Amino acid sequence: METTGESLALGVSGEAEPPPLSPRQLIWRRFRRHKMAVAGIFMLIFLILYSVVGALFVSESYANYTDTTKRLQPPSAEHPFGTDTVGRDILARTIYGGQISLLIGLFAVLVETVVGVLIGAIAGYYGGAIDSILMRFTEAMFNIPQLFLLLVMAKFFAGKIPTIQLLGRTFSGSVIVIILILGLTSWMYLARIVRADFLSLKEREFILAARTIGTSNLEIIVQHILPNSMAPIIVSATLGVASAILSEAYISFLGLGVQPPTATWGNMLDGAYNYIDSAPWLWIFPGTLIVLTVLAINFVGDGLRDALDPRTLAA
Amino acid sequence: MSDDQVLVRVQGLKKHFPITRGIIIQRQVGAVRAVDGITFDIYRQETLGLVGESGCGKTTAGRTILQLYRPTAGRVIFDGTDLTSLKGNAMRHMRQRMQMIFQDPYASLNPRMTISRIISEPLRVHKLASGPEQVERVQELLRLVRLNPRFINRYPHEFSGGQRQRIGIARALASNPDFIVCDEPISALDVSIQAQVVNLLEDLQDQLGLTYLFIAHDLSMVRHICDRVAVMYLGLIVELAAKDELYDHPLHPYTQALLSAVPVPDPKVERKRRRIILEGDVPSPVNPPSGCRFHTRCARAQELCSQQEPAWRDVGGGHFVACHLV
Repeated sequence: METTGESLALGVSGEAEPPPLSPRQLIWRRFRRHKMAVAGIFMLIFLILYSVVGALFVSESYANYTDTTKRLQPPSAEHPFGTDTVGRDILARTIYGGQISLLIGLFAVLVETVVGVLIGAIAGYYGGAIDSILMRFTEAMFNIPQLFLLLVMAKFFAGKIPTIQLLGRTFSGSVIVIILILGLTSWMYLARIVRADFLSLKEREFILAARTIGTSNLEIIVQHILPNSMAPIIVSATLGVASAILSEAYISFLGLGVQPPTATWGNMLDGAYNYIDSAPWLWIFPGTLIVLTVLAINFVGDGLRDALDPRTLAA
Repeated sequence: MSDDQVLVRVQGLKKHFPITRGIIIQRQVGAVRAVDGITFDIYRQETLGLVGESGCGKTTAGRTILQLYRPTAGRVIFDGTDLTSLKGNAMRHMRQRMQMIFQDPYASLNPRMTISRIISEPLRVHKLASGPEQVERVQELLRLVRLNPRFINRYPHEFSGGQRQRIGIARALASNPDFIVCDEPISALDVSIQAQVVNLLEDLQDQLGLTYLFIAHDLSMVRHICDRVAVMYLGLIVELAAKDELYDHPLHPYTQALLSAVPVPDPKVERKRRRIILEGDVPSPVNPPSGCRFHTRCARAQELCSQQEPAWRDVGGGHFVACHLV
């Protein structure tokens, strides 16, 4: 091999394979430098442990057990977070509610991301008539107020999906309905972002290079364009988890969300508005958990966005 | 030359980009006639230079020959196969025999892929090598373009422009192509790096028996690297000849003007030299001038030039020109 000035300047010697860091290690390395993102990860792990490990200590039937003689009790040794309007233990309900809320947040975003990326990618990459049809459809969805769409769909699907058994637990069919509804009413924004990104990326020269090689359209989309538009997708997904948890809260508030007795952080807030002053423990605990989750997820999303971009300094 | 010495035969190739109006129902209101009927042969293992001003259709011509743009009309016959008739997988399969080196070494490498993934892409797409064999081939290619094979896991942004261009060359070589379109491969590089890359391209041609279509606007560099040179003006080739013939006896007034602009590294000659200054800008390819397209800027234009399009003819010894005055 001819030793060029450039390779000398880089202090390279010999032909041996270096022990290079894999891209994944590099991403982790860059992620680690983001203090808030690491804090967010720990917070998320804590919240997940809270709702998973917590469930080992209290049973679901206890969380749903009502005792009207003990309604609206302030925090005490017996009920550390107090009791709600029908005397259920708030601590136990935040544990089981957390499972459902996190589940809804994650899966709704999964649905949203799959639909949004699929539609945005196809519209942006193929363009022309396909793009026109898909984008007019997206705009139509956009122009229907989301709340209206949520309500109609919730009403329409309510009771049509039976309860399911999973991992020894019973999930109300309404959880699945809410996940689908939230996912299917929130993908439009992401689809637009992805389309715009694809429109600009597909004109880049490295896409032309891939086409020259003979790479198929599917591979160009998946291997070349998608990794380059990861940043907005990740940001949108993180914000999506937070907004899905909040949206779940407001359809629960209108009585169309996850049906009681199944608890979610969202539906725990519903009855609380009558007791903002008189029984603040009703909203402080689930409210704080929602805020912590949303914050933690946003920090993690921020860190991921920087870490996934190889142009940010590696070392 | 006989037919079996021709690798690429371009016949009446046209590429018009439609100009459309309307949001939902689009109707065509015109066309940018980027390439408007070019005919030439590229011989095996030669370097054919394609020169011309910015916007004259050089890049479009290169891309249309490789079927990256579907031609509006005309044929491209590559080693006996008409590329314009190939579709889908047949065309994709054919692509391993023809590759491209791009102008901008910063834009032509995917910033999210490691060098190893970039260079091995042709191997994966055409299933030429996998596993350790693939890694070995990538390292071999890196050595071939004089880059350290230790670099395989780095990302493009960790390299300089010249190094990146060599990565682009390694990628183009991965599938063992016969024909490479070099689309201004050196114009984005520092002068000091240009020579390195050009010498590399020449060495690779000798080693691997490659055929180049070398698109450029630097006439001195073209004279250095090419065997024959074609001059393009506003979507058409106006003159094509062997390098020395073209540089010593340019026949078309446009070629003469272009060559007169090349500085001569001798002050005595330079002082005496008479430059031909072209007036005005290149006319729009949407609405090209009638007759000879160059007549609006040609000092020797006559009445005939604006009325009749000059024929593309051989004036002897493979020197082609399209001009009424020759």
